[in-house]
Amino acid sequence: MPGPAPDERMRPKGRRNTQGIRVDPEAEVTHEPRQAVLSALVKHRPGVLSEVSALFSRRQFNIESLTVGPTVDDDTARMTILIEEPEPGIDQAKKQLRKLVPVVSVRELEGEAVRRELALVKVSGEKPDDVNAVADMYDGQAVDASTDSVTVEITGSKQKIDAAIEAFKQFDVQEIVRTGAAALERGPKTLEKDV
Amino acid sequence: MSERASVPKEAEETESETEQEPVTTGAQSVIRALENAGTDYVFGVQGGAIMPVYDALYDSDINHVTMAHEQGASHAADAYGIVTGDPGVCFATSGPGATNLVTGIADANMDSDPVIALTGQVPTEFVGNDAFQETDTVGITQPITKESYFAADSDTVGDDVSEAFALADAGRQGPTLVDLPKDVTQGETEVEPGRPETPETYEVPEEADDEDVQEAVEALAEADRPVILSGGGVIKANASSALREFAKEYEIPVITTMPGIGSFPEDHELSLEWAGMHGTGYANMAISNTDCMLAIGTRFDDRLTGGVDSFAPDAEVIHVDIDPAEISKNVYADYPLIGDARNVLRQLFDAMPRAPDADEWRDQCQTWKDEYPMDYDTPDDEPLKPQYVVEQFSEMTPDDTIVCTGVGQHQMWASQFWEYTEPRTWVSSHGLGTMGYGVPAAIGAKLAAPDQEVVCFDGDGSFLMTVQGLSVAVREQLDITYVVLNNEAVGMVRQWQDGFYEGRRMASEYPWIPQFDKLAEAFGARGFTLESYDNVEETIQEARDYDGPSVIDAHIDPGENVFPMVPSGGDNGLFALNEDQLDMI
Repeated sequence: MPGPAPDERMRPKGRRNTQGIRVDPEAEVTHEPRQAVLSALVKHRPGVLSEVSALFSRRQFNIESLTVGPTVDDDTARMTILIEEPEPGIDQAKKQLRKLVPVVSVRELEGEAVRRELALVKVSGEKPDDVNAVADMYDGQAVDASTDSVTVEITGSKQKIDAAIEAFKQFDVQEIVRTGAAALERGPKTLEKDV
Repeated sequence: MSERASVPKEAEETESETEQEPVTTGAQSVIRALENAGTDYVFGVQGGAIMPVYDALYDSDINHVTMAHEQGASHAADAYGIVTGDPGVCFATSGPGATNLVTGIADANMDSDPVIALTGQVPTEFVGNDAFQETDTVGITQPITKESYFAADSDTVGDDVSEAFALADAGRQGPTLVDLPKDVTQGETEVEPGRPETPETYEVPEEADDEDVQEAVEALAEADRPVILSGGGVIKANASSALREFAKEYEIPVITTMPGIGSFPEDHELSLEWAGMHGTGYANMAISNTDCMLAIGTRFDDRLTGGVDSFAPDAEVIHVDIDPAEISKNVYADYPLIGDARNVLRQLFDAMPRAPDADEWRDQCQTWKDEYPMDYDTPDDEPLKPQYVVEQFSEMTPDDTIVCTGVGQHQMWASQFWEYTEPRTWVSSHGLGTMGYGVPAAIGAKLAAPDQEVVCFDGDGSFLMTVQGLSVAVREQLDITYVVLNNEAVGMVRQWQDGFYEGRRMASEYPWIPQFDKLAEAFGARGFTLESYDNVEETIQEARDYDGPSVIDAHIDPGENVFPMVPSGGDNGLFALNEDQLDMI
């Protein structure tokens, strides 16, 4: 083949970034990750959770938390999924979720959505009064107590629970369980099939 | 009765349906669902857990093709789906039968081919107990299907199959699977399956938004260097005619992707053939330098784009796809148009204000065609060149000849040196790159199009992976010509080792392979050997004339490599024309 060698060929002027977006040839542009709260209505049937979680793991989306539970409709469950991704990844996650057959609808909740998670913290029972005092500071309450341990329930934002757990460390934390976030949009907006 | 089974049937049933006996078992309901969907062929292998379904098939008019291996069943179904456009169906028993199907299902998933896999499963009471020949087939296949169903009830199993059938064919085509526990298929039921309908949560966009179309055509009409990039989705949407009309009317050069081969005639002056790692130099130059790309039915696979940072960097991208998740997945779309390719092409045709002013650009494309012709050296004293064999075969056969391939260097030569003019005549494994695809795919293709000539180019390594399928071609007396481009190596691996691993040919040379002509004869096929230029046409003609499967063992130049080449992750415009240029890029 007689054509010019690679370095002598007609060349384009532009370039794209690694996400396939055209960018200023002189500047490096990447999208910073941000946290997104995705809320999905799904068919309430066996295997849905694994289908959704497998999607996230296969596509390498960075998942922060995933919670699932029933709704008032017996056939439908609702998932709250927190991911941290650059913008194109968030968009892709939503579209891939929508493609799954058992997924009825998906929406990204706005920043001011109500977000709550629950933690149960089991600490040493040596100073029950002090534990109660700290629990009060975080609107928590003791839900179980024995001579050796006290278990406290705390509900709230992730930041609040992080702070509470930090505070409980002074009592020799024995076990922790956290749920991950459940979230709902503020105001009258609801997640219906057509949104 | 299930929700779906209660979907009201058409008031007037067709004559054939009124003659059908009522179903009495889950298995009969499965077969009835396939009959209702118009299934002609099933490719499969018998086994313990699927036996009730086979027993029900005994009374059906559906043709069953017993394959030599389940992998072949899924590839044959895949090829059948590519050639006909309708879902191909494969059966396997539980456990190893089901896992052997997996490669073909994954292959279909990557190439969006419509395939329905029905797998036997151990009785529900044993599920989860690690029973004999049990595997979690739904769990294994969920990531590689549009949906995998576990049929839990004899009354609803027919509906599961109906839905799986409809789903495989709807929107962006792809594979679906229904796992059938033995007690469910053996179980009594009188429930007839409902009509094939997609699940209510699955919505297929039909047409793009008119305003979006308007914006897109204005950008395209303004372009100085426009191209159309036609992907496999154009063929799947039966949009080849619409594409041809559009491109010819507005005189825009057309590049195809590799799965899009056949969507636009390669002998037309606007055709630049296909782009990507081993695509033509002129297609890759045009891809690299275009300022507006109308991409239709392509997912911008990395073998097409090379590194996305250097992919068509001057181009505004108009992306037509039926799957919204493909928009801006790999390459950002400035103008996304979501809908069926045929409908959207019609919308674009009607909305286009004028043809782009691109005389200069078309001249430039012609210059590239002259500068980088698809060429190879053919001195008579050299060993036989594979390109010559492909080219000669192409010239001897009608336009609608179907070409199947395995995966490797031979696949590239078959795509580069055969001239494709019709859709659904190129049957290959693209996304998954499955060696061994060719032998069973040719079987599926021939049964799908018995009146068309079928040739399968394979490599020695790829052919050996599914050679047992020859027994099926012989039993069914399928008139297929297999051409093994034999270089005693997994040639593509060897090419990469020579180019990128300092020639350290670890495990890529196969000097111990059998004599394929004799192997063919052992199976009951006709065998031929080709060693020189002297008798290429004559041998091809003899093999074509033989009424049954034949195998030409073509001993080709073992030193021949595939060029042009864009190294993995490279820049399309910087393709290498030979080994020496690989060092320059």
